[in-house]
Amino acid sequence: MPARVVVLGGGVGGTLVANLLDKSLGHDARVTVVDPTGMHDYQPGYLYVALGEASGHWLSRDERTLLRRGVDLAIEEAVRIHPDAQTVQLRSGASIEWDYLVLATGARLMHEAIPGLAEGSFGFYSLPDAERLREELRRFTGGRLLVGVAGIPYKCPPAPVEFTMMVEEYLRKKDIRDRSEVTLLSPLNRAFTIESASTLIKPIMDERGIELATFFNVEEVDASAHTVTSLEGEKRDYDLLVLVPPHKGQQVVIDSDLGDAGGWLPADKFTLQVAEHEQIFALGDATNLPISKSGSTAHFEAPVIASRIASRIRGTAPTEQYGGRVMCFLETGNGKATALRFDYEHPPVPPQPNRGWHMAKWIFNRAYWETVPQGRLPEHAPGTMPKEVAR
Amino acid sequence: MSQTVTLTLDLKGLSCPLPIAKTAQAMRTVQSGELVEALATDPGSVPDFTAWCETTGNELVEHTADDGVFRFVIRKV
Repeated sequence: MPARVVVLGGGVGGTLVANLLDKSLGHDARVTVVDPTGMHDYQPGYLYVALGEASGHWLSRDERTLLRRGVDLAIEEAVRIHPDAQTVQLRSGASIEWDYLVLATGARLMHEAIPGLAEGSFGFYSLPDAERLREELRRFTGGRLLVGVAGIPYKCPPAPVEFTMMVEEYLRKKDIRDRSEVTLLSPLNRAFTIESASTLIKPIMDERGIELATFFNVEEVDASAHTVTSLEGEKRDYDLLVLVPPHKGQQVVIDSDLGDAGGWLPADKFTLQVAEHEQIFALGDATNLPISKSGSTAHFEAPVIASRIASRIRGTAPTEQYGGRVMCFLETGNGKATALRFDYEHPPVPPQPNRGWHMAKWIFNRAYWETVPQGRLPEHAPGTMPKEVAR
Repeated sequence: MSQTVTLTLDLKGLSCPLPIAKTAQAMRTVQSGELVEALATDPGSVPDFTAWCETTGNELVEHTADDGVFRFVIRKV
């Protein structure tokens, strides 16, 4: 009988694990992806939607078209995981059995966790939010524009910095820059968590007249007074507020008692196995690993999980380990970008922003659908393997 | 005069900027003058905590490192 592998979540991580397992095991495994919507979203595109540089239609595809023919897709919501019985209970009342379970359940946006956030601010972390912000930016005639993060951890750490840089350019092009103040609210005393990236970004911010407000951990928004307050006790006025909402792990993880207080899954940083559960693995945004929540992380983690499960099914010792590899583009506006490539042992050494990295990001955005979910992107393609991390 | 710590935050294993964000949140729950102890393993937390206290006016009463664990004791302003 083929081994039963169930993958919860049809995002980048879940889709890639399922395809790689089907490819390597064929009839030795029966792989099922369970996803509540059956649609696969390319979230890095939301940033461009908000700035009117892209429309939403290329950002979503039917998950079925991205899965190999041998992989089953169940469009169902998982409501409870039973590790002892090795089943997943579905919203429809049905139950699905597994020998191996992969949790690629991602993160949820919790707009309601910050008082006033939903009413008083805009965002670009979902397609509806990005489209709303695009319309608001079209109406914007100048004023105080604040960009910040309302909870940690959050997905795609460079995104608020990218948005700030790009919206500053947007205002210039719209000819309302001189009537506007652009401020980045940072939870730290620098522009970005990674020191080397901050050092690179700060002079560009200064040059463009973008203010950096340090140690501003958002506590609440007053939509009628147009003010935002920090946990550090500072209050700021705004005309347009753009915030990344707080994130949380999925309810099914919390209800199944598998996650920590935030609903994040405790996974081994090298094997990605969920603590105390030999047959369960987790990847991507769903884990509590001290590494970026990003599609890139899930992309590099997926082959490790697929290989470890395949080894176990074949009865050999799993050897693949995740080394913490992440690769992020960081747009700096004016048609330029830089890249952050790092792993557990090697902090990034970002190059000076240039047109090449901006173009690389665009090419990647376009090529995503035909390469990443299928595992077609060569592991060591030029640009993806940082020199400083090469082994 | 020794004073007892009101609240201890276990921030071990968390990476920047989580330790600062969680501390900022926790500081709201204690009274002025009370002590909060934070334990972190991220080496970046040393400059971060120092700068955060300087900016916010909270007093960094003590900071030690022991076997890879950084301990910060902060008195709320």
